Amino acid sequence: MTTPITHHLTDDILMAHASGSLPEAFGLVVATHVSLCDECRARLAGYEAVGGAVLEDSDPSVAMAEDSLAATLRLIAAMPEDDRIDAPAPAEGGVFPMPLRDYVGGDADAVQWRALGGGVRQAVLPTARDATVRLLYIPAGMAMPDHGHGGMELTLVLQGAFEDAGGRYGRGDVEVAGEDLDHTPVAAPGPDCICLAATDAPLKFHGLLPRLAQPFIGI
Amino acid sequence: MSERQTADTRWVTCVTRIRDERDQTAFARLFAHFAPRVKAFLMKSGADAALAEECAQEVMATVWRKAHLFDPERASVATWIFTIARNRRIDALRKQRHPEPEDLPWGPEHEPDQTETLALQQESEQLGRALQALPEAQRVLIERAYFGELSHREIAAETGLPLGTIKSRIRLALDRLRQEMT
Repeated sequence: MTTPITHHLTDDILMAHASGSLPEAFGLVVATHVSLCDECRARLAGYEAVGGAVLEDSDPSVAMAEDSLAATLRLIAAMPEDDRIDAPAPAEGGVFPMPLRDYVGGDADAVQWRALGGGVRQAVLPTARDATVRLLYIPAGMAMPDHGHGGMELTLVLQGAFEDAGGRYGRGDVEVAGEDLDHTPVAAPGPDCICLAATDAPLKFHGLLPRLAQPFIGI
Repeated sequence: MSERQTADTRWVTCVTRIRDERDQTAFARLFAHFAPRVKAFLMKSGADAALAEECAQEVMATVWRKAHLFDPERASVATWIFTIARNRRIDALRKQRHPEPEDLPWGPEHEPDQTETLALQQESEQLGRALQALPEAQRVLIERAYFGELSHREIAAETGLPLGTIKSRIRLALDRLRQEMT
């Protein structure tokens, strides 16, 4: 069952994902959130239905190659007897939904963390370079550096919770931050917080120490 | 329900025949309708004719291989094929992956409900008509977004389309699936 989620993705992000315009790093956060949130799954499907309508309206007079159908049937015939593509089974238990496990190579215990100091750890995941996505491990009660954003940032909670001016974010909740948001997330008491965070710009830290550290930790 | 068949439910029947009987005639009908549209869609998205032809054939072959995964309570055939074509486009033109949510698998005894299927297909057709009825400039902007011509920053989700009804119907279908899973 899905957990009650109170912080959702915005319509423009869902439409961008449905239309295939979102950088891969953000797409991973969207797919992971939607795996946990049926409300956003239905909204995303609505935007995909718009894509279906656009496809239906596409020019039907475009000529296919002479032997196009025969060539496609040959493609199908060349496939192995058991030619069905099966959807990967959903993750049973554990912390990470399947789309995230694909990028990590396993669940939370398979992450190759790098220490950032103070018990905070991160792992940058491999995606196309127009945006970056990382897992963050923040011990309960620990504050993230106070930072603003030069671009867009999506932060999805997978374990524990964090709190900032926008409220409390628990498992499945996603925070959408733009250039106008200055915030200081603090990991809530309880289990340590694990987040998946994507951004398309370097974060700007206001404190002296984090600014010095920024080139090294790559946030 | 034959007199209440719509264009979209006929495509659903084609996909079901491909799934159950590996029916090449049903596939040929789907192909005649959708392959040129997929090719046109890919060319609008920036592929040249040769690449679009190649990808359209691959998309239609994927339709054959994934016919058993199609859920007509949650999408029209056009929508389902759009998602396959979109993913192929991102792979071919942007060399990126399109991360997909975890699927909600059908239970072994799940058969799509005919009333729900019909309602969803009708909802999809209404959405299509609403798209065509939009002012030209607005419709073109939506099309450009789906051809991948707009960056995510340029996309504003105020489509002017009545998405609430189709969303609610899909949400109910998801709730039913969740109940079957427990």
